[in-house]
Amino acid sequence: MVAIVDYGVGNLFSLKSSFEMIGVETVVTSDEGVLDAADRIILPGVGAFEDAAKKLRETGLGDAVKKQAAKGKPIMGICLGMQLLFDKSFEYGEHEGLGLIKGEIRPIADVITKDLKIPHIGWNALRFSGEKHKIFKYLNEGDFVYFVHSYYAADCDEAVIATAEYGAELTAAAAQGNVCGCQFHPEKSGDVGLKILKAFCEMEA
Amino acid sequence: MITKRIIPCLDVRNGRVVKGVNFEGVSDVSSPVELAKHYSDSGADELVFYDITASVEGRALFTDILKEVARTIFIPLTVGGGINAVEDFDRVLKCGADKVSVNSGAIRNPELIYEAAKRYGDQCVVISADVKRVDGVFRVFAKGGRENTGMEAVQWIKRCVDMGAGEVVLNSIDTDGVKQGFDLEMLDAVCNAVSVPVIASGGAGGIRDFVELFDKIPKVDAGLAASIFHFGEVEIKDLKTALRQNGVPVRL
Repeated sequence: MVAIVDYGVGNLFSLKSSFEMIGVETVVTSDEGVLDAADRIILPGVGAFEDAAKKLRETGLGDAVKKQAAKGKPIMGICLGMQLLFDKSFEYGEHEGLGLIKGEIRPIADVITKDLKIPHIGWNALRFSGEKHKIFKYLNEGDFVYFVHSYYAADCDEAVIATAEYGAELTAAAAQGNVCGCQFHPEKSGDVGLKILKAFCEMEA
Repeated sequence: MITKRIIPCLDVRNGRVVKGVNFEGVSDVSSPVELAKHYSDSGADELVFYDITASVEGRALFTDILKEVARTIFIPLTVGGGINAVEDFDRVLKCGADKVSVNSGAIRNPELIYEAAKRYGDQCVVISADVKRVDGVFRVFAKGGRENTGMEAVQWIKRCVDMGAGEVVLNSIDTDGVKQGFDLEMLDAVCNAVSVPVIASGGAGGIRDFVELFDKIPKVDAGLAASIFHFGEVEIKDLKTALRQNGVPVRL
């Protein structure tokens, strides 16, 4: 059973449907007991970092996720959910994240060339960093995934497991131990995305 | 490198696709779900569903269809048609849409863009503009291209982007249906005025028109078409192969 953390941020329809498609049961929850009972956890999210971080704090769900991470449960953050796993973000100020992956979130405008549009939106190819991570076991280098973001994970070289080229090598996915995150949307990346979710569901707890 | 997107548009009325021909392996081309699946399997990068239903009952049917599509197809989905209020955004987003395209609704009430962008994020709000030359000036038309609003198009689109629209669909009424190529002059003007992605619409007659589009207007992000895909005149796989051969980055 995969628990999708519901803290009032984002649209979970496609995420739920994509797990259904690969035959994995999900539960959308804001209950700590349910998170504890689940085999693995998805932290979704779209919108602004500050808002989302605040909701995670106020609902206690941020701490609950951290507790599960400490137990060694596989956790995947998606898009803003991935960014929330890091130490902090510089999106409109400076805001604390969950600190499960070492690094910080910065504007892509800092590193990409001026002629490129922001957000980085559309299909881009994955380049694996180092040894192929378990969530990519069914993928080939160069497979395309769908991105929509204006901020990226910086200063996290050790955790980077894939990048995408957009006037700079942007962090496409990162992992630290049993915690991983995708900047792109697996649930909107066609078959490639489903393969990532499938591999995540096969990651050992 | 980010790829150029190819986007088929499906016109849906009362839950059925309005026009289409038979594709191999597609038993019912009037079924939005079957057709969407066919396009997705052929390599479409995104799908646009345009709801041209007028009745409330029809709208409910549409959202059922949308859910069904979002349950089976995992690429970005944009919904347009009859979007007049933030509640309309809510209705289609809950059914699995990723982006919502506004046209006449934004002309009547430009604040809608701001309100929706604030609630759902810029990436969710697409401004769709029907534009036609009137005495040499690009003018915005409302009500499916029937009514001249008198507004200058580039200024209008810039205003929408300033208010939070994260993407622009530019439909040239002048080239729409003519099948002699996209409106490069109009696209160039809009691409130079805004910094968000611009999707070209209106005028595609064949593969060569897409090659020309991305070659002449490198800033354009995507090409949208309806009839050439529906009538099987262009297969998306062939189109993307040809684009790649011509040096245009695409997802294959």
